[in-house]
Amino acid sequence: MITYVAQRLLAIAFILFVMSVLIFGITQVLPGNVAYMIAGQFATPDVVAAIENKLGLHDPIFVQYWRWASGVLRGDLGQSLIMERPVGPLIQEAMARSAILAGVAFICVAVLGIVLGVVAAVRKDSATDNAISVFTYLGISVPEFFWGIVLILVFARYLNWLPSGGIGDPAFGLPVDPRYLILPAITLTFALIAHVSRLTRSSMLEAMRSNYVRFARAKGLAESLVVRRHALRNALLPTITVLAIDVGFLIGGIVVVETVFSYPGLGRLLLFAIERHDLPLIQASILIIATIYCTANLIADILYAYFNPKIRYGRPAH
Amino acid sequence: MAAPLIDQDGLEAPLAGVTRPRLPRKLVVGGVIIGILVVLAALAPWIAPYRFDEMSLLKRLKPPSAAHWFGTDEFGRDVLSRTLLGARLSLLMGIGATLLSLVIGVPLGLLAGYRRGRFDEVLMRTMDVLLSFPPIMLGLLILAVTQPALWKAIIAIGIVYVPPIVRITRSVTLDLVNEEFIQAAHVRGDSTRYILFSEILPNAWPPIAVEASLRITFAILLGAALSFVGMGAQPPSSDWGLMVSEARPFVDSAPWIALAPGLAMCLTVIGINLLGDGLRETLDPRMRSQRGA
Repeated sequence: MITYVAQRLLAIAFILFVMSVLIFGITQVLPGNVAYMIAGQFATPDVVAAIENKLGLHDPIFVQYWRWASGVLRGDLGQSLIMERPVGPLIQEAMARSAILAGVAFICVAVLGIVLGVVAAVRKDSATDNAISVFTYLGISVPEFFWGIVLILVFARYLNWLPSGGIGDPAFGLPVDPRYLILPAITLTFALIAHVSRLTRSSMLEAMRSNYVRFARAKGLAESLVVRRHALRNALLPTITVLAIDVGFLIGGIVVVETVFSYPGLGRLLLFAIERHDLPLIQASILIIATIYCTANLIADILYAYFNPKIRYGRPAH
Repeated sequence: MAAPLIDQDGLEAPLAGVTRPRLPRKLVVGGVIIGILVVLAALAPWIAPYRFDEMSLLKRLKPPSAAHWFGTDEFGRDVLSRTLLGARLSLLMGIGATLLSLVIGVPLGLLAGYRRGRFDEVLMRTMDVLLSFPPIMLGLLILAVTQPALWKAIIAIGIVYVPPIVRITRSVTLDLVNEEFIQAAHVRGDSTRYILFSEILPNAWPPIAVEASLRITFAILLGAALSFVGMGAQPPSSDWGLMVSEARPFVDSAPWIALAPGLAMCLTVIGINLLGDGLRETLDPRMRSQRGA
């Protein structure tokens, strides 16, 4: 197992390295000279040349890459061109807000997804099962931004229960007023819940057909006990893996959902950076997001290996 | 309630749980939805009551009426006409990007599975790196370096979905290379290109087609998301994602502008998903029993 984790860690380190080269390379092609962007479009050539020299834009590309990458490794993500502030704290603030939104959505996806999956499996082919199936089908078939707008329409516009966007007046040390989290979190949950509930359903069905469940039934155990203690415990293993994978989907979804709800998180920051061609900010946000994504995938792999003796390296299968 | 002992659902691979096969009825329903959509998209310029970019300041933000079934937007443009023409863009996005990823991914996957060795190794590691980006992030990274446009979004999405196509093609190819007819072609001295495209590909396409059908919906959704965040189609285009994005400030006063393209998109994606599910049911079992034999 340890060998396996070490192998995966090495692979991730390699992937992150290649990714940083890719991010750096692609952003170098960005239209518009960085020096002009700092100095303004009416700057004289002297000023532009001075800035270019200061930023070392004439250095060979690998020297520039090394300057950027070694900075990143030291925790220095550079200076935002547009906001004229260090990128690090900017990203940190945005990430805290994104993390709280993603965290709430993740808990909802996990809890609701498993509950719906179990109910659907226990009541297989009933009206409830079909209703859950249709509900989750809608979740994966409809783009997040559309659900977001429907929710705003219903809960903010007609019912006037919840705010339609923004983060309100954060209090109690929280980065965001909790009421402003509800609609974005529901939108994200809805978009992701299908994976978890459908997988839980199919692995529950498989577990319920297994010999140990038949044996438990034959012993005369109550059905609810059979479901909870015997079937669910075994059926949850693949679900845990898919949950970790869902963290990756969450990160993708969050870019769109933050735009719908004008929620100032990492996704919005990235889009802002792209619109303004703020190079250091683009590089840093994509690198951070990709790192989180890789880490989530790594956790998914490790969990999968941990729960699956066939894959568990360095230890004989039971 | 006791569960039956034998159940078709148990045959699903764990991660395929997202699409639960049931009846080929899905194929029919999905086919009908997509059929209607394709006809509407094809005839859009002739059946749309107005031009998609025809503005009228006197008719701004009008609710649905006999003259404008789906109302008008903030420039007085007819939402129905825009939605109809948007169907073309959505289908173009889904099919265009998927075709692009097939054109790039299938030859690479065939070659990697057939050649193995260093080429395979380097290619698969490259794919791993591409897969390590969340799809929308890779799309944004590609689009960040240029001025956004619909065709650029299509190319970006096409590139984003190359790795899954390469993977599936490669794995099917790996299964096939040891078959006798491939060995025979090899012994006959057939060219690599002939073996790849005339011997392997015709036998490898069912799983690739299933994967591609899945990709179309992903491509449409990703394309809409990119347009929605301003990185895809640009105004005055009637792309559905862009329409919803432009309708966002008016969702309080004129919700119909967002609802029409949004619902159209839901219907399209549900239709393609049903079609894909149906396709999978028709192709999968046969494929499995063939390979299992």
